[in-house]
Amino acid sequence: MMTYSTNEMMTVAAARRLGNGSVCFVGIGLPSKAANLARLTHAPDVVLIYESGPIGAKPSVLPLSIGDGELAETADTVVPTGEIFRYWLQGGRIDVGFLGAAQVDKYGNINTTVIGDYHKPKVRLPGAGGAPEIAGSAKKVLIILKQSHRTFVDKLAFITSVGFGEGGDHRKQLGLPGAGPVAIITDLCIMEPEAGTHEFIVTSLHPGVTREQVVENTGWAIRFADKVAVTEAPNATELAALRELEARTAATHGQAGGEE
Amino acid sequence: MAEILTLREAVQRFVNDGDTVALEGFTHLIPTAAAHELIRQGRKDLTLVRMTPDLVYDLLIGAGCARKLIFSWGGNPGVGSLHRLRDAVEKGWPQPLEIEEHSHADLANAYVAGASGLPFAVLRAYAGSDLPKVNPLIRSVTCPFTGEVLAAVPSVRPDVTVIHAQKADRKGNVLIQGILGVQKEAALAAKRCIVTVEEIVDDLKAPMNACVLPTWALSAVCLVPGGAHPSYAHGYYERDNRFYQDWDPIARSREGFTAWIDAFIRGTADFSEYQAKLAAQEAK
Repeated sequence: MMTYSTNEMMTVAAARRLGNGSVCFVGIGLPSKAANLARLTHAPDVVLIYESGPIGAKPSVLPLSIGDGELAETADTVVPTGEIFRYWLQGGRIDVGFLGAAQVDKYGNINTTVIGDYHKPKVRLPGAGGAPEIAGSAKKVLIILKQSHRTFVDKLAFITSVGFGEGGDHRKQLGLPGAGPVAIITDLCIMEPEAGTHEFIVTSLHPGVTREQVVENTGWAIRFADKVAVTEAPNATELAALRELEARTAATHGQAGGEE
Repeated sequence: MAEILTLREAVQRFVNDGDTVALEGFTHLIPTAAAHELIRQGRKDLTLVRMTPDLVYDLLIGAGCARKLIFSWGGNPGVGSLHRLRDAVEKGWPQPLEIEEHSHADLANAYVAGASGLPFAVLRAYAGSDLPKVNPLIRSVTCPFTGEVLAAVPSVRPDVTVIHAQKADRKGNVLIQGILGVQKEAALAAKRCIVTVEEIVDDLKAPMNACVLPTWALSAVCLVPGGAHPSYAHGYYERDNRFYQDWDPIARSREGFTAWIDAFIRGTADFSEYQAKLAAQEAK
């Protein structure tokens, strides 16, 4: 039996959702870590696009910032930022948008802007970056973040990037292309949108995690699917690839990879 | 035609108090030296535009140079918050900072529109987002052909754009390589443009299709080796990740920040003296 951390479980579970050959628009931090793990394991032909311009980046270490030289050097091509958003994202060529978040709600809407009132914020977060249009225009979206009462909230102070809006067919009414968020992957579980309501419900618990733990760490009355699976534990290959990636990153940057 | 000037002369001649100034560079080629010079010369009431405010604007905001910030993502990449930006937004120190907030796609398109001589940019964006509720400049247009409602945002047209690049020739033609961000668009959207470069050479040896900004589209070219530090210049030096980490405790307190800029920026004559002082401190 391999031992692994809850963070490793989260990263591995997220990486598995990325199909080989898919074109993925990658956010920095946890999404970048999971997307590169996918590329180094089951999805060698995944195409990673970063908003700074690299298309087909194949970094051997994780970037600390969205535009590290490693991304440009290993990419198939590097294009200006305007082009990334105009031709590639808005043009409908992105299969998967891979996003992190400061906060998420039950409809997969994301807040990365403020905690508290916008004009008198308790905490001023970094802001939108590329997320609103990635969430809007990618064919589907994966969200990865650690689960807690503070991050999984009943009502967002600010919707930076939309998931299913107010639920139901609200996303469709907004005229957004793409299926929206198809999974939220956390250190405790995997949530997926329920058919019809588009409310995120737990469909898979990571090994050893109880329903009570998930309830305690969720700010809304979280529901569970009729059949809740147990996430397959990370295997030796996945863990080795992840640990080697993190070790290479730490040796290069003196830290384990940005998690903004 | 671009004149080859010192950075001090270029800032004196081309940047005025109250100007709208864009310092661009998407992680790569960030014009840090120019930000230092704006602080040394005590520029005030600036409207700063930048997709990722980053350390350069943390410096300018904390130094009291800025009245307003137009941006789309404000953080210390790979580290955390910009403490001077947050202090200005959350507590009004050293003065209140008006913010005008967009997304990356919006600002990138707004620069393209500015460079194209158009009054606004159109993009598919913001449906379901709260950003239009807090930024009245994010509006909409209806497509005259399909009826689709699309986001419309004003173009960005800075009084001055400052960018950093790898090299220029002696006439002031500039070659940029690597991650280009919105530098070309920001340069061409502006009324005046200052480019700091790592090197001035006889012959650019620019490959076909390279990003070259011709001298006649620029105001000034300034030789400032290392001028993008702590960001990087592809082919010249790498990102100084340690500096980004070290910035966090420096910027965390008002006193620590002020002492740092008094010593390292206001207390030095130019960027090369700053670099020497920084190197001496690191050697200790």
